Amino acid sequence: MKRGRFTLWDVFWLLFAAVYFLVPLYGSAEFSLETGPHSHGFDAYGQVLRDPAFQDSFLLSLELSIATVVLSMILMVPTVYWVNLRLPRLRRVLDFIAVLPFVVPAVTLAVAILGVFRQTFPWMISGPHILVLSYVVLALPFTYRSLDAGMRSFNPRTLTEAAQSLGANWFTILLRVILPNLRFAMLSAAFLTVTLVMGEYTMAALMLFNTFSVYMFQIGNEQANQAAALAMISLLLTWAAMFGILFLGRGVGRRQAQIGGAR
Amino acid sequence: MAEVTREAPAVLQRPADRRPRVSRAILDWAAVIPFFAYIGVFLLLPALWLIVGAFQTESGSLTLDNIRALFNDQYANAYLNSVEISLATALTGSVCGFFVAYAAVKEGAPGWIRSVLSTFSGVAANFAGIPLAFAFVATLGTTGVVTAFLNDHGINLYQNGFTLYSFAGLVLVYTYFQLPLMILVISPALDGLRREWHEAATNLGATSLEYWRWVGLPILWPSLLGSFVLLFGTAFAAYATATSLVGSQISLVPILIGRVTTGDFASNPQMANALSLGMILIISVAMVIYALLQRRSSRWLQ
Repeated sequence: MKRGRFTLWDVFWLLFAAVYFLVPLYGSAEFSLETGPHSHGFDAYGQVLRDPAFQDSFLLSLELSIATVVLSMILMVPTVYWVNLRLPRLRRVLDFIAVLPFVVPAVTLAVAILGVFRQTFPWMISGPHILVLSYVVLALPFTYRSLDAGMRSFNPRTLTEAAQSLGANWFTILLRVILPNLRFAMLSAAFLTVTLVMGEYTMAALMLFNTFSVYMFQIGNEQANQAAALAMISLLLTWAAMFGILFLGRGVGRRQAQIGGAR
Repeated sequence: MAEVTREAPAVLQRPADRRPRVSRAILDWAAVIPFFAYIGVFLLLPALWLIVGAFQTESGSLTLDNIRALFNDQYANAYLNSVEISLATALTGSVCGFFVAYAAVKEGAPGWIRSVLSTFSGVAANFAGIPLAFAFVATLGTTGVVTAFLNDHGINLYQNGFTLYSFAGLVLVYTYFQLPLMILVISPALDGLRREWHEAATNLGATSLEYWRWVGLPILWPSLLGSFVLLFGTAFAAYATATSLVGSQISLVPILIGRVTTGDFASNPQMANALSLGMILIISVAMVIYALLQRRSSRWLQ
């Protein structure tokens, strides 16, 4: 594709990347499987999986991620569709808003949301639902870019006019014309959101909820082998999500959408 | 089919168009109100509260004391540490990431490398936070797999001054997500470098070094610098990785904000606002530079 010959220098860098990426993964795999000085087994995994605290926190994180995906889609799909169709002027505004969650990172957003609602509506921050509401904001850059790229890959205006001329109402158009065309973009946004929520520690810890990451942090202070096992489990989840994006969402703003932000 | 022909004439009149223009415009805007309301309540309003709170005492009167306090040693050092670690990891990440990404897009590189690399980068860039810290503890911690391996072969890392729970350790761990992030953001720019430019330069007698000096770098520098700034912002904002690795041993801005919020640091909760404001300002500057460079780089690389 590109210019330049492939030299030893390049082989060196690729090998360097491979070693750097793989050694910590090997390290945690090995560590999680060690049961004694010279014996291996799945003991650490068994202990983790049987721990009721693990089950609770994992389930909570799973529920949070599903709720975040659903709310994100309900909020974002109609908005992105409408902006593409009727209000292209607003695209710049949306582009700008989609960068804001980077500028106001999770730590500061947690401080801010806690501060605002503690004084006004304390019930807002009393349950895990506040995490869902905040995660929608954290996931905004990825959902927006993925959906916007997906929306541009077909022509929503023409399809909408065609559907209108066949007598479809807005609800039918959204459900039977736009959503089927957007399903890959939605799936890749969903996978990224799930990855984000399953791994999110900052806001959950500051808002004092026992999510998967918070549980993992506590285990890390007590049980190193189990911590390594948990790291492997969350690595598997990340792999699954990335493969999901790769195979289901081919070509839909993929490179852009893969970047998960600071933790 | 019969249904379709029956419906068609009604639609040709485009019912929406018969409404006066003003009310249609109102309807258009009404459709995006839920989104803007949501962003207003859960992002803009909290951010505004944060900024105002940085200039208030606990009882609500205006003051500059919080901002002044930021220049005290305990807070200023945290900013200094955060900036240093972000610069260091942005540098290691962008330099190494550039060479790795460039190696993968070259002509002689095996085709599969590209897709393997981008999948791996996607995973590694997202494999951050608590599990990443644990992976490194299991590898290079005091009892880590690599530490033990090297120990068996006569190299004792921890007696030679290395420790994972230090500045150098943090750089090593942060680079794990910085490097793949660099690969993901710089690859499109590298794709934009046209092969003909290199051929033209070579035909005119340029060496590889001269090509980079006069053609490659002048075109790429906005992308390179832009990526560097993006990496800087990412490292600056990282909280989970740092907390689980060094806890309160190294004072970083996000860690300090966390400690003030949970009440185990300063007695004045307004300091969390002031610290956050400083953090938002620094990252904003980074993002503005990034956006400007992005615009500049798109001139050559469509």
